[in-house]
Amino acid sequence: MSLARRIIPCLDTDGGRVVKGVNFLRLRDAGDPVALAARYNAEGADELVVLDIAASRDRRPIFLDTIRRVAAELAIPLTAGGGIRSLGDARAVVRAGADKVTVNTAAVARPALISELSREFGAQAVVLAIDAKCAGSRWNVMVRGGYDSTGLDVVSWAKHGASLGAGEILLTSVDRDGTQSGFDIPLTAEISREVSVPVIASGGAKLPEHFARVFAEGAADAALAASIFHDSVQRIRELKAFLNARGVEVRFPC
Amino acid sequence: MNVTLIDYGAGNATSVERALQRLGVASTRASAPEPIANAEALLLPGVGHYATLIRALDEGALRQPLLEAIRRGAPFLGICLGLQALYESSDEAPDLAGLDLLLGRVRALPAQVKLPHMGWNQLSIKRTSRLLANVAADAYFYFAHSYAADVANDNGASVATCRHGAEFVAVLERENISAVQFHPEKSGAAGAQVLRNFLELAS
Repeated sequence: MSLARRIIPCLDTDGGRVVKGVNFLRLRDAGDPVALAARYNAEGADELVVLDIAASRDRRPIFLDTIRRVAAELAIPLTAGGGIRSLGDARAVVRAGADKVTVNTAAVARPALISELSREFGAQAVVLAIDAKCAGSRWNVMVRGGYDSTGLDVVSWAKHGASLGAGEILLTSVDRDGTQSGFDIPLTAEISREVSVPVIASGGAKLPEHFARVFAEGAADAALAASIFHDSVQRIRELKAFLNARGVEVRFPC
Repeated sequence: MNVTLIDYGAGNATSVERALQRLGVASTRASAPEPIANAEALLLPGVGHYATLIRALDEGALRQPLLEAIRRGAPFLGICLGLQALYESSDEAPDLAGLDLLLGRVRALPAQVKLPHMGWNQLSIKRTSRLLANVAADAYFYFAHSYAADVANDNGASVATCRHGAEFVAVLERENISAVQFHPEKSGAAGAQVLRNFLELAS
């Protein structure tokens, strides 16, 4: 008996629709967020992430409406983010029904945002999203949807973020994202070892084997994927059965 | 029956409200003394910081009406911080007095494990429980916390424990007081059953 490893589908949304891309680019429509949320809730997802990928001010009301409609379908936790720049933005997202908020670019620009959110909602509600790009023997923190390098080192930023009050790290490999070639195991293992908070691995998942490896070798607490679930390349129940057979503790809903 | 949801501004009242709606039960949010004092059944949800909850109870003059309602026998369910608030105090805000209905202090979970304790975990059931009726013994529940009630502070009320670094109280029941450290409103079908069991007790 211990904490189960979590499987987390992610809905990247734009204007109320789920979209998908390769290496953060080439977006295409992948469905209705509410229908997908209901399906994942029923199929045994442990949590759901919904992101506003455009994160533009004028379309924020549409995103908040998406959160409200998605939250209404769920009996599991919901994390929301994309364009969270202030405590006010976070409050709106939480009021709409999110249990946790992710911050990324704005936290790099102003790390105190993490502490402000943590004080208001508690560390368990603050997820620091880090987009990591390999730079030789280390990883650079990328921002603005994976386009711009900050020069920050991923390990130091993750540790700093946790010390400021982030209760979880959502770690995305920009190199692997959308490639379906598997999670970045060395990256995930390094961050999992270095930080004291749970780590969600993201970017590159396709096969059940990829998930088994990121839990066993990457020591991830949770694994996130998007299009393979939307397209039913992987079904959550079958994926969990595979992981269970490989000795990974997972939750089977009754 | 109507469940009064204590709304202190920072909680996750909406999620709990939705979970009750799914079970076909009406709830009313209350943030004033009178509706709390007169409640048929009370639910104290909670996420975030212990100090936020305790201060909100005191600043809103909700502590006394809440205690009175519990003393006159109104069924009460505390969720997460709503469980922790029942004790004398907490490591999270050592200077603030809890509701003091149970002896002992809420402790920080040990730092050798990843904190917060976040995700789905199983229970170790210690005795027959009303809240856990018709719940599979191996069911998982969703936890999100860094502080917990030590099993040493059992108060004869602990019916199930959980372990993350240390064993802690996951479900407690004493007379009309029920409380869970996990979030039943976020714990899928198993969580819904726990809420259903509370509603049955309350009706």
